Amino acid sequence: MENPVLIFFIFLPFLAAFLIPLLNLFWDQAKTIVLPLVSFVLLLLALLIVINPPQSTQYIPGGWYPVDNIPVGIHLVGDGLSRFMLLLINSIAFLCAIYAIPYLRLFTGQKYFYTLFFLQLAGLNGVVLAGDMFNLFVFMEVTAKASYALVAFGVRKTEIEASFKYQVMGGLATLFMLFGIAMLYWMTSTLNMADISVVLRNDHAGNTGAIRFTQLFLLAGVAIKAAMIPFHAWLPDAHSSAPSPVSAMLSGVVIKVLGVYVILRLFINVFAPSEFLSMVIAVLGGISMTAGVILAIGAWNLKRLLAYHSISQMGYVLMGIGIGMGVVAGGGSPEAVALTFTGALFHMINHAVFKGLLFLTAGSIEYSTDNLDLKKMGGLARYMPLTMVASFAASMAIAGIPPFNGFFSKFAIIVAAIQGGYHFRAALGLLVGILTLASFVKFQRYAFFGRPMPRLSLKHTPLLMKASMITMAVLCVVMSLLIFPEARAIFLDPAVNTLLESTDYVIKQL
Amino acid sequence: MMLYVLCFILLLTGLYGLLISRNIIKIVISLTIVEISIFLMLILIGYIEGGLAPVIFQEEVLSHQAVVDPLPQTMVLTAIVIALATNSMILTMAIRLYKKYGTFDIQEINELKG
Amino acid sequence: MSVIVQKVAQLLSALIFVFSMYVITHGHILPGGGFTGGVLLAGSFIVLVLAQGQGYLKLKQQRERTSLFESLSVLLILLLGFSGLFAGSMVFFGNYLPKGQPGELLSAGNIPIYSILIGIKVAATLFTIFLALTIYKEEVSK
Repeated sequence: MENPVLIFFIFLPFLAAFLIPLLNLFWDQAKTIVLPLVSFVLLLLALLIVINPPQSTQYIPGGWYPVDNIPVGIHLVGDGLSRFMLLLINSIAFLCAIYAIPYLRLFTGQKYFYTLFFLQLAGLNGVVLAGDMFNLFVFMEVTAKASYALVAFGVRKTEIEASFKYQVMGGLATLFMLFGIAMLYWMTSTLNMADISVVLRNDHAGNTGAIRFTQLFLLAGVAIKAAMIPFHAWLPDAHSSAPSPVSAMLSGVVIKVLGVYVILRLFINVFAPSEFLSMVIAVLGGISMTAGVILAIGAWNLKRLLAYHSISQMGYVLMGIGIGMGVVAGGGSPEAVALTFTGALFHMINHAVFKGLLFLTAGSIEYSTDNLDLKKMGGLARYMPLTMVASFAASMAIAGIPPFNGFFSKFAIIVAAIQGGYHFRAALGLLVGILTLASFVKFQRYAFFGRPMPRLSLKHTPLLMKASMITMAVLCVVMSLLIFPEARAIFLDPAVNTLLESTDYVIKQL
Repeated sequence: MMLYVLCFILLLTGLYGLLISRNIIKIVISLTIVEISIFLMLILIGYIEGGLAPVIFQEEVLSHQAVVDPLPQTMVLTAIVIALATNSMILTMAIRLYKKYGTFDIQEINELKG
Repeated sequence: MSVIVQKVAQLLSALIFVFSMYVITHGHILPGGGFTGGVLLAGSFIVLVLAQGQGYLKLKQQRERTSLFESLSVLLILLLGFSGLFAGSMVFFGNYLPKGQPGELLSAGNIPIYSILIGIKVAATLFTIFLALTIYKEEVSK
């Protein structure tokens, strides 16, 4: 029944976040030790529970156990999908944390970064572990608040403007979510996700109108957070204005947790997957995928280009999820469903790694040359060979060139689309892959090759930044191994099973 | 039912304000209106005609049949705390934007295109 | 502000302060509690500053102090929650102190302690926000 490991994913980052301002009073350097230490401990804990899953999947703080099988307390749920997301969050967070320590020399007011970073981490872990709707909302807000402040961290004109846009859109998104949660509470008189699922399936099976109304509000909220195309306006600004390690966190983790994870949890585990919703999500995913990459081709600011690619790659993931939901609703075979969800989740972690790496290399270029305009770069390969190699690996991975991880996940999604009978979506996936390759050839060509720009001096890239980038570049290749069933059985299959047996969630949690 | 419809109209009013206003402060106010409409709806969901406040050890509450649902009220309190953070943060940003750009008009604050 | 406003604000501030203490300490038996009381507590200071002007409390020094209180109270809340893992029913946020008679001031175990800490936290946070909005100063980046 009890699994106290789960509470540490929320407790430790909060503790670190509020310990750092106090330690700052006595010893200035304490924060640079606490940051990697705590994030490393969290990474180890996440690895531990993924490789050696504990018997019980939930933890109830405060000891408010269910009464007559009706949950009364706050449940933290660490099932397959949550454990998988925890590993993703904490590994990217650790790599960004060690990268951030030298990178922050570019900024004043460094001490605030550490607290905000940990608050963001605590919020992300909380979203993934939340077992009831309202906690989901609260932790989404914790993450969002920290993200708003981190986007504006440089306090320049453009950064504050980006943060303001992000806040208005993000505030609206969470309010839509809250409205959806209020509607759900009205219909079911409970907040626990498993309980809501039971009540909806038993008592409200015929009540499609109200359920669909609620779903649309929840989806609107999540769509803004996941930056699907009609709601994407804030993302390129916010992700390109933030400090690079924060961009890597935002693009690599935050839009996945607040967007994709919440979609998976709500629309597969809580609501039964329906034909209508799968259509909406797949079409929005397809549009984001195509429009994102077309917008990216025209971008000349390096980080803005990467941000548009985040929209595009999230489109792949969402299209995969939409197809999977469509197959579930259409009563397809479990193998076909498993393939789509495996593809989508696999692409999600791959994107976290290579997009994180791309933002970190962009940060490294910015650190050395103080410039992000592709037109003013050139010939950097000679000065920064390591950054070049890392960025090359990530570019090939995002473009889907075979030995790198991106190829296998895109391939899985496209094969799943063909198997599901969605030939147009499969063709679109291939086309977007080619356009992505084109745009990253442009990035490599303008940044690292070509005629070297005359420059006076280049700052040397610090060791910790290099270490973080090398680790991610290696991960880009190593994660291809996840196509083998033995590796998949540890990392991906528990998460996919949670989605496959959507009613299993209910049985285990109640 | 009428009250719920009024709440929804308030929500739509806030959304309309959010879409048409050009002044940053008005955008923040519109966001607050949307917030308030949802809080009102949550309170209405938990309300029971003639219900008492759920302070359980009082005699009259224990003997009385109808007690209002305390859960939406705690939810609203939490949401108000969150809304406080939202508003203070967004207003801080508004002050900073004004210092940097010298205007509250969002059409003149357009260094970022996209 | 005129002398009348200043004097009334001083008297009012004391009243608000006492009332906030009442609300915070009775959080577990009456409606209200940490957040409501904390807002009142911060309000009692804000009224003073509004009436007396910026010089009255030496605001820039107060800012460091409120941040300190803010971090400290959250830290204490977390540690109190953590102590639940080792005492009583061995759960995080466990309520292991004696519960007492419902309706008494000293009852409900750990809840009054949380209430008081939350009150301090909310008051410190609100006052910090107020200070951040009043003594805004330009920070140079890079």
